Amino acid sequence: MLARAAASAALIVTLAASDGAAAQTANQPPDTMAARVEACTPCHGNKGEGTSDVYFPRLAGKPAGYLYNQLLAFRSGRRKYPPMNYLLEFLPDPYLEAMAEYFASEHPPLPQPAPSEVSKDVLAQGELLATSGDANRNIPACVSCHGPGLTGMQPGIPGLLGLRAAYVSAQLGAWRYGTRTAKSPDCMQLVAGHLTEADVTAVAAWLATRPAPANPAPVPKGTYALPFGCGSQPN
Amino acid sequence: MGFKLSITLLALAAFTTVAQAQDKTSDIIARGEYLARAGDCTACHTAAEGRLFAGARPMPTPFGTIYTSNITPDPETGIGKWSADDFYRTMHNGRFPDGGLIYPAMPFASYTKVTRADSDAIFAYLRSIPPVNQKNKPHELRFPYDNRQLILGWRTLFFSEGEFKPDPTKSAEWNRGAYLVEGLGHCGMCHSPINALGGTSQSDAFKGGLIPMQNWYAPSLTSNREAGLGDWSIKDITDLLQTGVSARGVVYGPMAEVVHNSLQYLDDADTKAMAVYLKGIAEASSPPPASSALPNTESSLLISLGKTVYDKNCASCHGTQGEGKPPHWPPLANNQSIEMQSAVNPIRMVLNGGYPPGTKGNPMPYGMPPFAGLLSDNEVAAVVSYIRTAWGNRGTPVSAREANELRSAPLN
Repeated sequence: MLARAAASAALIVTLAASDGAAAQTANQPPDTMAARVEACTPCHGNKGEGTSDVYFPRLAGKPAGYLYNQLLAFRSGRRKYPPMNYLLEFLPDPYLEAMAEYFASEHPPLPQPAPSEVSKDVLAQGELLATSGDANRNIPACVSCHGPGLTGMQPGIPGLLGLRAAYVSAQLGAWRYGTRTAKSPDCMQLVAGHLTEADVTAVAAWLATRPAPANPAPVPKGTYALPFGCGSQPN
Repeated sequence: MGFKLSITLLALAAFTTVAQAQDKTSDIIARGEYLARAGDCTACHTAAEGRLFAGARPMPTPFGTIYTSNITPDPETGIGKWSADDFYRTMHNGRFPDGGLIYPAMPFASYTKVTRADSDAIFAYLRSIPPVNQKNKPHELRFPYDNRQLILGWRTLFFSEGEFKPDPTKSAEWNRGAYLVEGLGHCGMCHSPINALGGTSQSDAFKGGLIPMQNWYAPSLTSNREAGLGDWSIKDITDLLQTGVSARGVVYGPMAEVVHNSLQYLDDADTKAMAVYLKGIAEASSPPPASSALPNTESSLLISLGKTVYDKNCASCHGTQGEGKPPHWPPLANNQSIEMQSAVNPIRMVLNGGYPPGTKGNPMPYGMPPFAGLLSDNEVAAVVSYIRTAWGNRGTPVSAREANELRSAPLN
């Protein structure tokens, strides 16, 4: 009886407290994007710099158009990762655009490259594919689309620096097996379709060893011509 | 001259009649679109990245997967050859125009309450949208559920046909709310317990239940210990329904979908009517608090660890006293969805986080971070036990096993 009376009293106090809170507009979360995207930070870091989990990518500084395309693809379920699909399912386009802009405009420093676990030969093979491709096997160089500095190009081509080998390898695998797709013509799926598992390991390992360039920003749209059509980067 | 004038007048009169008829038709179509939103038809009849109302969305059920049907006016693959009578029979009686039985995944046990005029308006709207030529996909139901004759048994047990009958002892507003909640809103599809036969008995209406396949708990709408709205203000209820957030709590998961697709589009009068009705059906007195299955010593250890976890990870938004910063950072103290008997929803929120729906009234909602990767099963159980029992909350502690089981709950 006494317990219930105490509970009711607590309830009334709480209700009064929350009424007061409603009247006080100052007692609100910060009206900022940083506060709104806190749901992203356990996996992607406070400024999108990434976390210790090697499968969660850095978002900071990637082109906003690329990030927006990924948010749309996760929301519709085209790009499958249930925790992301779930978080974004009921968010409108303009909000996803604002999220993409927010992380694109953050510039925390790129991480120090981690020492590689693969042999020198494998790294050399990765470098060759990334910088020259393999014309005999219809594999273009990574740099031919992602830029000579691998920093990407506005608005839709992501930079490849600051990502761990595990993440790049998982994504290339997903492109190869068709579980990650993008707008037609789906250029990355075409490229990844020509890669072997050994190619994927080599390229992912070499990319992860690259140090931060002086200017890590994606280059402006149209800085160079793409070797073939790409649905994510319309001309 | 006189003759010419009268012809002109006649033509003018005819033109006015046609224009009025067109106005009337477009009014009915607009009304139908509004009602189709109230019925949340799109939630099931539009697939991800699919054309509006072209169906083919997979609906996992305990009996197998059902694929929704094309309800665009395409004559070959949609409902282009249907009459308004056919459509009414489907809504009202759960039968296709040829008399075939419809699986009760289509909420015809609720839609049977919809008036003929409203059914006709929805039909007129569906006739006005672009036709999509896309064949329906056959269902993938396990034996024996692939036999439609079984639906006859289900109907005998759980289906009673009949339009909504207003209660003359209640206000027009209450009755409007009842019509929307029980009929087009088909709230009972989730908020009533579902038995092993996939049905709900009348006496259990709105008593709450675990949603099959999704593993979210749809709380009781009648018990104030769950989502009963008896002690909520009308404004808090209408805020929740229209914007997805309120001073008392926030919607996530399947209810976020309902607000996103349907409730945010209802006008103020209809939203208020639903609020009045929902507040009205809440029980006057609360049943006694539930008791915990956990031994006392384990509970108190969990709760003390829980406070440590809470102060470190949660208090910065939800406040040291669980007061939150409503409506965006919901209060946890005196929050029914935290305290209720089923701890499924609070555990899932800690594990998966979530965003309320983006709505006209709240286009850039604040999100709750997922803690699945940061907290152990024990820490999740501890923090949920803490918020269920702190600050006068009258919930019960939960075990690490319950937390662990929900790590594999489906997210879409």
